[in-house]
Amino acid sequence: MTVPADGEVARPIRSSIPPGDRLFRGAARAGGLLVLLIMGGIGVFLAIKAAPALKVYGWTFFTQHQWASPDIHKVGIASVALGSVLVALVAIVVSFPLAMLTALYICEYAPRRLRQTFVTVIDLMAAVPSVVYGLWGFSVLESAVPNFSRWLQTYLPFIPIFQVNADPHAAIWDEPSYEKSIFLCGLTVSMMVIPIACSVMREVFFQAPTGEREAALALGGTRWGMIRRVVLPFGRGGIVGGTMLGLGRALGETIAVSLIISPTFEISSHLTQRGGDTISALIALQFGDAKGARLSALMAAGLVLFGITLVVNLIAGVIVARSRSGAATEI
Amino acid sequence: MSTTVHGMPADEEVIAGEQSIGYRMAAATPEQRRVLRTRTLDDRLSLVGAAAAAFALVWLLYSRLLPLSGSFGFIVCWYVVFLLIYALVCRQRHAMVAVWDRLMAAVVTGGAVVVGGTLVLVVISTLWQGRNALAHLNFFTTDFRFTGPLTGLTVGGVLHAVVGTLVEIAIVIAITLPLGVTTAIYLNEVGGRAARVVRAVVEAMTALPDVLAGLFVYIVLLVTLGLPASGFAAAVALSITVLPIVARAGEVVLRVVPGGLREASLALGASQWQTVWRVVLPTARPGLATALILGVARGIGETAPVLLTAGYTTYTNFNPFNGSMTSLPLLSYRLSQSSEHNQVDRAFGAASVLLVLVVLLFVIARLAVRHRVGRQ
Repeated sequence: MTVPADGEVARPIRSSIPPGDRLFRGAARAGGLLVLLIMGGIGVFLAIKAAPALKVYGWTFFTQHQWASPDIHKVGIASVALGSVLVALVAIVVSFPLAMLTALYICEYAPRRLRQTFVTVIDLMAAVPSVVYGLWGFSVLESAVPNFSRWLQTYLPFIPIFQVNADPHAAIWDEPSYEKSIFLCGLTVSMMVIPIACSVMREVFFQAPTGEREAALALGGTRWGMIRRVVLPFGRGGIVGGTMLGLGRALGETIAVSLIISPTFEISSHLTQRGGDTISALIALQFGDAKGARLSALMAAGLVLFGITLVVNLIAGVIVARSRSGAATEI
Repeated sequence: MSTTVHGMPADEEVIAGEQSIGYRMAAATPEQRRVLRTRTLDDRLSLVGAAAAAFALVWLLYSRLLPLSGSFGFIVCWYVVFLLIYALVCRQRHAMVAVWDRLMAAVVTGGAVVVGGTLVLVVISTLWQGRNALAHLNFFTTDFRFTGPLTGLTVGGVLHAVVGTLVEIAIVIAITLPLGVTTAIYLNEVGGRAARVVRAVVEAMTALPDVLAGLFVYIVLLVTLGLPASGFAAAVALSITVLPIVARAGEVVLRVVPGGLREASLALGASQWQTVWRVVLPTARPGLATALILGVARGIGETAPVLLTAGYTTYTNFNPFNGSMTSLPLLSYRLSQSSEHNQVDRAFGAASVLLVLVVLLFVIARLAVRHRVGRQ
């Protein structure tokens, strides 16, 4: 603290916060906390309603694969949880390369005039209702995928996940066995994952600094060399985070899966075979008939889905936030 | 080094579009990227030539000589052979570094074409399969009260679902606009230690499985409080899915309001409330409108929350608090589960109407952005 020569002392210029502002901050804070409450409420209510089921079934709830058996003591989510994970994995495997290529195209290759149009198209793709994708999957893909599945089984007999309990060489092949599979669901869901992953990736690719880009080009690098050495390393957080956000979406996708799948509750690693189910499709298809213990078990399944997606999304959020600059723009 | 690179100062080039809505605004940097590439005749011809050569070769092998069939396989083979031939052609004149560059350009463009093409395919196939239902005017002007599974397409329409969708969306807007903007203001203007937690939770809620929002409202409103299934319950469930989208996009819109404006207002003696109400919000209004429209466009197509909470009716119902309410995605979902041909046609018709609504909302959102950029 410096005191001027003529003895003047700096006055305190910080006044107390006016009451209007106190009210304003309080209201804003209340709004923010309400969002926390809703999110917390979802978890708490699911947990309360799920508690009876979890108490009755205990750990067998996580290891039992039967759901619809008439024996009320045989209820568990092993098969549906596995189904959710498999659908999500198929969706990620299909959508990751496509989302990344599309993001790179929009950032680096697309004509500058059209870039914004492409960005809007990707946003639009994210907003296309899931029931539309579901209808597309069950009307268009449904007629094409069985042939592909059969081809996979015929020519890749050494990969167990592509095997189906049907003879691919039969004169009249057993087409229904190849329909309504986890693989088909995954393909449909990947259409919904692509725009989510792509928009996050595109955002971080845009942020790769211009100086480094031009330096790479000035040193004689090709465009691909620049992308590999500058854009991709800078965007690594966005690539991982965007993919995980997509994974969260894929794990929770409901309508498309419940339109397509033919529910069975077996633990099976045959992706292209008919049958399977996911947690969210199970909830959508069963809640209407569920009463008492069944309803509680459904809630428990929902709680598990809530936990899984929350963890995946929080991790993704942290990764994305770390790779995204949050500075305010100045005039 | 083989790529010809011409540095062209493009200082007049303004990328108005890049200052778009949502979180991408944060990406707008003062630096502008310059156009650094040109294409020679050699580049163009080798591309076209390789594509033509690959088509000819694959047609001969795939369709004529080998026991293969199917258009999907044909296109995949064409693309792979094209990449090989293109690499060989480039190798004639260029070093391996440049060959990789050309190849990756082809691969990246190919990936984007696949995604764009699939989207176009989805839209067109939906409209095409909905054409039978859409061709009848009564599809837009009547509801389903006299329509059974076997009734012809000349009777019954989606009016009740359109009404349901609009009523639900109005409630969603009434809930999420104040709450979403308040949350965005809290995150960006008030801040504090808890804001970080709220931001993380909002991000996590964005990707909350939509069926869980429905399940939550189902437990709270329908099971615990004993309310009947209604349009209001459905709108609350939809709001839970829309709210984080609006809040998150709104926060980013507020973040790019120039800090200088805030400081100028505060320096003139305005309180924080006055600054937010009279400076920050008016500046960000078009962006906030876009955030809301995008959120609504997402919410309008959500089926799972509505499926659990809205019930199902074939009558037109304007009252969200009394009786079941059908919305377009729910109608489409229900109809598509029927095995009757007409019902499936109607399902695609309803999906087409929904799709058109979503696209319409997007066009409005884009116009709002353009209006703002033009004014600046």
